[in-house]
Amino acid sequence: MTRVTGTPTPTGAMPTYLGMPAFPDAARKAVANSQLRRNLTHATTAIRTKRAKAVAELDDWEALRQAGKAIKDHTLANLGTYLTRLEENVTKAGGHVHWARDAAEANAIVIELVKRSGARKVVKVKSMATQETGLNEALAEGGISAIETDLAELIVQLGDDLPSHILVPAIHRNRAEIGDLFRRTMPDAPADLTDDPPRLAGAARAHLRSEFLSAAVGICGANFAVADTGSLVVVESEGNGRMCLTLPKTLICVAGVEKVLPAWRDLEVFLALLPRSSTAERMNPYTTIWSGVTPGDGPESFHLVLLDNGRTATLADETGRQALRCIRCSACLNVCPVYERAGGHAYGSPYPGPIGAILSPQLRGVTSPADASLPFASSLCGACYEVCPVAINIPEALVYLRARSVESKKRYPERAVFKLSAYLLSDARRLAAAQRAVAASRHVAGRGGRIRRLPPPLSGWTDTRDAPAPPRESFRAWWARTRGSAPAAGRAGQPPGVGADAPAAGPASQSAPGVGSDATDAGTGAAG
Amino acid sequence: MRIGLFVTCLTDTLFPDTGKAVVTLLERLGHQVEFPMSQSCCGQMHFNTGYRREAVPMVRGFTQAFEGYEAIVTPSASCAAMVREYHPVLAAGEARDAALARRVAEVAPRVHDLATFLTGVLGVTDVGAYFPHRVTYHPTCHSLRMMHVGDAPLRLLRDVRGLELVDLPDAETCCGFGGTFAVKNPDVSAAMCADKVAAIRQSRAEVVCAGDNSCLMHIGGALSRMRTGVRTMHLAEILASGQGG
Repeated sequence: MTRVTGTPTPTGAMPTYLGMPAFPDAARKAVANSQLRRNLTHATTAIRTKRAKAVAELDDWEALRQAGKAIKDHTLANLGTYLTRLEENVTKAGGHVHWARDAAEANAIVIELVKRSGARKVVKVKSMATQETGLNEALAEGGISAIETDLAELIVQLGDDLPSHILVPAIHRNRAEIGDLFRRTMPDAPADLTDDPPRLAGAARAHLRSEFLSAAVGICGANFAVADTGSLVVVESEGNGRMCLTLPKTLICVAGVEKVLPAWRDLEVFLALLPRSSTAERMNPYTTIWSGVTPGDGPESFHLVLLDNGRTATLADETGRQALRCIRCSACLNVCPVYERAGGHAYGSPYPGPIGAILSPQLRGVTSPADASLPFASSLCGACYEVCPVAINIPEALVYLRARSVESKKRYPERAVFKLSAYLLSDARRLAAAQRAVAASRHVAGRGGRIRRLPPPLSGWTDTRDAPAPPRESFRAWWARTRGSAPAAGRAGQPPGVGADAPAAGPASQSAPGVGSDATDAGTGAAG
Repeated sequence: MRIGLFVTCLTDTLFPDTGKAVVTLLERLGHQVEFPMSQSCCGQMHFNTGYRREAVPMVRGFTQAFEGYEAIVTPSASCAAMVREYHPVLAAGEARDAALARRVAEVAPRVHDLATFLTGVLGVTDVGAYFPHRVTYHPTCHSLRMMHVGDAPLRLLRDVRGLELVDLPDAETCCGFGGTFAVKNPDVSAAMCADKVAAIRQSRAEVVCAGDNSCLMHIGGALSRMRTGVRTMHLAEILASGQGG
């Protein structure tokens, strides 16, 4: 059990992302949860407003962003070189480097290292890589309890919950829910604990202090790994990371291979990009950087586990690889209108939101219903791309992964629909014929010229929205009738349209006034 | 200037009055507009839903229909962005056709959405329109983040006589349309639309306008279902209205 307290879980099972439903099904429940909607709207609105302010302070933000992108792209293009260099320099500084092909290998390495240290308990810095590998669950199976020391991660752990945000894993909980949870699950919580945030943080601090002081092993991830110096970098806000990184005798860091940066100077760019994008701070409160081990100062033994777990496969993909530039700031989650309404759990992965929608299907493949549905979990509004500090074109990657998802399906009824519509839409004559058929169906519209019910899958539209009734005449039919060209007669080479033939076309064109009044009515038609 | 109207399949089929309004407007400003009859669809729905191969004939058809025009004007910023950003990708990638890619490279940059064509290419903001109503403007995502129209539509609206322009709260938040997203993720789409409708109600506008009939169809469908009494109108229709005024 990884639980901090002795409170038994009802089922005894640890929460897991395995077997999560497809996004639309998970989201259906989430949008109906009024408490969740309120918590998420409140939190994401606050943080995205602050981020915008923090970013606007820098005149050279766009240049920084392009520099971040360029450094990451260069590093990814030469990943082997920099990883080898990182290994050499970590080793030279007294650390040990381990290579893990997948989650199982990474977990096995960590369990073996913890067992060798003799510890039955580890303290953890918030780490996305170990969420990805399910390390806590694996450690529990190995009889080792892991204690999350990041406040939000602790809240998730105490509640037998799953993280729903990259930076703020308990963003779906409000202070009242957290107060309840602490009073219920934290044995050393003060009897008079209120929902006041400073008091909640104080209770967690007191609770964790003894864990920091007694833990023999610390486990962390890394924000960056500098190849030239063999240095690891952890950026955090609460100081729990500094405790875990300096107090235990053994320190184990699990980092994705894409975390490497070539040189120390590259940190200048990323330590400006990350806090402003992430917590909307000019500088985060704690930045811990270490190289190997230093006798008499900090851990006596340091292990770096470099994790692939689908990353090199992602790197091989020209369009998809940009997802590996991600520095896990979560700015894209905070601006995403889909995330704000569906919440993080609907994404079925420790990586929720827009970045998760392009990362999870690449790291895990599109074999599960949840992963296959993720590239479609976006309205392609582009707000994510706009704020991404390393300019990941998430909408571009999403539509690309949609194509991969469609291609990977053997029997897919939707394909016939799209093939037929492509046949109709790729030729003007066929489109005109389809438009005449659509116009003939005008009678299905109810009063007011709106269609209130359509059969599936279009019922997905009419369940909540009216559909417009087709007009009597398409635009092209109107043009052909009033401007004298045969409908759908167009072929390249033929003089297109008849604009040139229009009688003295100009500001006072004959047809204009009539059209003008039509146009005014058109608004009513369009809106019903 | 030889202007070709790319009306888009959606506007052609369901909202012909928007197309008529673009013609009225451009002719009123002294320009000839041609409608190449061989045009059909830009392929955005197929491309965005993962049917890249199926979209290639539409790229060919579009290129063929609009080659030779100095400017291609469309009342959809979203379709304009599809042509500008993704036709080159499809020609070079999916079609692997270098000749097509060269032709696309000629045609695609000449595609303009109506608002920036008026303000940027023609250099006008006062188009002589009269529309005595309280109006709010929803900046559609693709107009904002792909076509970068900025405040062009607002400048055009401010110069419409009689029009009272009111702010839309959280204007830049997506309305939840997203093409097939509206059907594939109907619950989230409807939740997003509900918030957009609430913002529109808060603005106290009687008309909400935008530069894309697709988003307006979505917003308008919800406004109508809820009997809000607020109507949707394409920007072109407001700009073309009441030229006598």
